[in-house]
Amino acid sequence: MKIHRTAKTAFQALMRNPMRAVLTTLGIIIGVGAVITMMEIGKGSSSAIQKSIANMGANTILILPGPAAGGGVSFGAGTAMNLTPKDYEAVLGECTSVASAAPIVRARTQVVYGNRNWIPASIIGSTPSFLEVRNWMNLSEGEVFTDRDVLNANKVCLLGQTLVRELFQNESPVGKEIRIKNVTFRVIGVLAAKGANMVGSDQDDILLAPWTTIKYRVTSTSLVTSNVTSASDTSFSVNTLNRLYPGGELSPYPKQSAVQTANNPMPVRFTNVDQIMASAVSTEEIPNAMKQITEVLRERHRIRQNEPNDFNLRDMTEMTRTLASTTTLMTNLLLFVALISLVVGGVGIMNIMLVSVTERTREIGLRMAVGAKSRDILRQFLAESVVLCLVGGGIGILLGRGGSYLVKLFLNWPVENSIGAIAAAVIVSGSVGIVFGFYPAWKASRLDPIEALRYE
Amino acid sequence: MKLIELKNIIKTYRLGDMDVPVLRGISLSISSGEFVALMGSSGSGKSTLMNIMGCLDRPTSGEYWFDGQEAGSLSADERALFRNRSMGFVFQNFNLLPRASAVENVAMPLTYTLEHVTDKEVRKRAVEMLLHVGLHDRLEHQPSQLSGGQQQRVAIARALINRPPVLFADEPTGNLDSATSKEILEMFNQLNKEDGITIIIVTHDVIVARHARRIISIADGLIVDDKT
Repeated sequence: MKIHRTAKTAFQALMRNPMRAVLTTLGIIIGVGAVITMMEIGKGSSSAIQKSIANMGANTILILPGPAAGGGVSFGAGTAMNLTPKDYEAVLGECTSVASAAPIVRARTQVVYGNRNWIPASIIGSTPSFLEVRNWMNLSEGEVFTDRDVLNANKVCLLGQTLVRELFQNESPVGKEIRIKNVTFRVIGVLAAKGANMVGSDQDDILLAPWTTIKYRVTSTSLVTSNVTSASDTSFSVNTLNRLYPGGELSPYPKQSAVQTANNPMPVRFTNVDQIMASAVSTEEIPNAMKQITEVLRERHRIRQNEPNDFNLRDMTEMTRTLASTTTLMTNLLLFVALISLVVGGVGIMNIMLVSVTERTREIGLRMAVGAKSRDILRQFLAESVVLCLVGGGIGILLGRGGSYLVKLFLNWPVENSIGAIAAAVIVSGSVGIVFGFYPAWKASRLDPIEALRYE
Repeated sequence: MKLIELKNIIKTYRLGDMDVPVLRGISLSISSGEFVALMGSSGSGKSTLMNIMGCLDRPTSGEYWFDGQEAGSLSADERALFRNRSMGFVFQNFNLLPRASAVENVAMPLTYTLEHVTDKEVRKRAVEMLLHVGLHDRLEHQPSQLSGGQQQRVAIARALINRPPVLFADEPTGNLDSATSKEILEMFNQLNKEDGITIIIVTHDVIVARHARRIISIADGLIVDDKT
């Protein structure tokens, strides 16, 4: 028998008793509807939870330089100076699982405004993307510095709430000038309050400025001296006579020829940053992102196959684990609820199908007499329960979507549309039809045609 | 030409520990184009005999040849195919599908055979068959809107939709008044004469049996009389 004919026959048979068909389907409708509403509410709240945990920095990956060592003395983690701004650019550009990244230069020194001073827990030099990485996009006042400020090493900064309280009391700091190591910075914005982090240190006790400014103006290493490439250039910059006669060649030492320079290469010192902070696209992508970062940095640092990394990666394993367990717990809980309601609906279908088989014994006998094989009968009754379940599933989907929309409208709960839930509902209601329709259909197909025809 | 041939058919039912013999050795042959009545009182075994001939049941022992083929030992699915292609059934209580139109009722057996035929052609054949039994103005009526005689005509049309060589009728007039009974029996007669369909009627009614051209009487599982 053709599929469409089977479906048509099943539909006609169901339409012979429409009221009963509707009541039977009600179990599945409510079941599927409840599942979809629950799934959507669950998904909404679970992603809301995820978002707030991600706000704590769960997706953050910290890239630290390796330990420096000299003469048998090791200086501990993060002391080597081998992370460069170029590394940051490569990580951002080449790692697909990295959403954003920021170089970080740290300083710890006094900040002065008027007659007040304070040493912030962290003075951080970075790029605007730092706020993105830390999920700290909202300012309470003013605006963020730009990439152009970073390029020009402009003397602008953002302040954390604690710093504002300590230096300015109740005044608005935007537009005011503060001094760090006698360098004046204009305050252009105030960060929103973030509170303490997981280990209890105050995250609002922060000053954020372009990393170039902190690096070259505050920690007082200039771009020129850190990029010294040859001895003769050093002498050029120390000699004060060149200020008197600009353009004049007043080097007291003989200049090296190109060959001499090639023969005596000076170690090149890059501009380095203290660390790089990156954030993964999502929590699941953290391992991937770490793998990609390792590959990129090993290649950039020219590390051979069996050599150890000259950098370290840190992720927030503890937080990620909390996040993952929260999500799985939520999903499992909902799955369980879904299962119960669908089983109840399925039992209802089985019940009614058994009644229907008994009621239509004569029809089954007749169909067998005119040549239906037992598997035709099995298929027909199975088709009826599957049609019931699928129609119920379809109405249930509409009901569920409507329900979750109402919840969103009136209760303002976070709700997220879930195509997966709908697909699952269709598959599950179809299989409920097959599983719970099988026994009645099998019973019908086992009937003896003579007995069935004689049944009153 | 012999269409149906029974050789020493025995059928016993088991009731608990007891074997109850229903047919105790029936040998019979029916040629193509005959109009036969199987007569007997209730419990004589005539219905069981019809069930065996109609491939609804299997004999306990003995041979059943249908159209040159041993049909007594076929599997359930093979018998279903046999019933669909070569036999038509008419029952005492019509056995029409409620809340389905006359056309749908008549077309029902086709859903089990003609997989390649379109819905349109199926309908066409069903309508033709209904015209054949004289129900041209009752095509879309449901069984509850038809009289007993009309319902039985729909049942006959359904039995003939696959153009089987044999038509089995089990007490076809049992639920009808005498005038309608006569009409239905006339129709059987006509089908037998004009279309050459072999008709086997099971009845306990002598008046009904008289319409047939051969009457086989059965009592206690044995043929007691066979007259033409």
